[in-house]
Amino acid sequence: MIIYGVALLAACMLAGNIIGELIGMAIGVSSNVGGVGLAMLLLVFVVYRLQKAGCLDTSSRRGVEFWSSLYIPIVVAMAASQNVVGAVTGGPVALVGGLIVVAASFALVPVIARLGKGKYAVPLDDVEAERGDRNA
Amino acid sequence: MSKPSGVIAMHERLVDVFTSNGLITAFAAVGLLMLVCNLISKHLTRGRIHGSAIAIAAGLVLSYIGGVSTGGEDGLADVALFSGLGLMGGSMLRDFAIVATAFGVDVEELRKAGLNGVIALFVGIIMPFALGGAIAYAFGYTDAVSVTTIGAGAATYIVGPVTGSAIGAGSDLIALSIAIGLVKSISVMIVTPMVARAISLNNPSAALVFGGMMGTTSGVAGGLAATDARLVPYGAMTATFYTGLGCLLGPSVLYLVVRALLGG
Repeated sequence: MIIYGVALLAACMLAGNIIGELIGMAIGVSSNVGGVGLAMLLLVFVVYRLQKAGCLDTSSRRGVEFWSSLYIPIVVAMAASQNVVGAVTGGPVALVGGLIVVAASFALVPVIARLGKGKYAVPLDDVEAERGDRNA
Repeated sequence: MSKPSGVIAMHERLVDVFTSNGLITAFAAVGLLMLVCNLISKHLTRGRIHGSAIAIAAGLVLSYIGGVSTGGEDGLADVALFSGLGLMGGSMLRDFAIVATAFGVDVEELRKAGLNGVIALFVGIIMPFALGGAIAYAFGYTDAVSVTTIGAGAATYIVGPVTGSAIGAGSDLIALSIAIGLVKSISVMIVTPMVARAISLNNPSAALVFGGMMGTTSGVAGGLAATDARLVPYGAMTATFYTGLGCLLGPSVLYLVVRALLGG
């Protein structure tokens, strides 16, 4: 049943956020620490176990895949509800600072990605072809 | 009853259909926007610029228009007709969809790049903080609280205000730290697909590092979605740890270092 997949996803997200809040409380931070990241790890782990046990049928998978494929439209909606005016009118410090920081961060990505692990950095194959049908 | 008021009543009832079904209206509007952007991608750029990159940029432009016309802070979502965009693009559904993308994650890739992801997180918080703080200093914000708050804003627009209010910064400083974080998040969304090739952002390992370096969940999510949707879960996973770690380091270690350097 599709709802099993959706419910599994929901349970992982809630559990991840609860753990994130607990970590936040434990280290005295007012925000959630890595709740979504923990939820993702949880989902990866649970799906792996369920697949091994043969408990995850196609329609349950579809419940998760549906939300995964709605990802880009949701990001577009997110972009359309950002405070862009605030970013543009924040004054020179905000604009100059933001842009310099972004430029420096981009420059460092390949440096750190290569740290001793360069051999693993194999590009995903045939990006163009798959991109097309993912967003069709 | 005169005819004009009848027309107005009809107009109101029809608009009401959209506003009372906000989320559904958002689905239809985003779908239409993506259709138009995919057509632009296909015919005007011959597929060179990906449709989702155009759609995200178009979303930001619409957000600017919405912000200017309403004076609100939620972009196009402040326009009553499109209020459902706030729900569709809000943190609840966004996080739900991000978690769902982990369904396709390759566990082996995670294990291999895990350490680099952690290194990226620390560098990704400390470097923008130092750089943002230095720029603030250069612009005449020379006291420890200002430098720390603006530097923390250069991490993300959540780390900035959290840090600022913890160390007693004024609301003008907090607004500035939000603005610098917003500039970062939005420019990451726009620039990522353009420079992805130049920085070899084409594999899960680099995406994990990218998420940790940038830290802005919305920027990373949008940027990677427009680059290659398969990279999203890797980048998003590290990015979601960033804000928490930043909120931990900002008002504590980083503030103490700044205070030791500047005095006061």
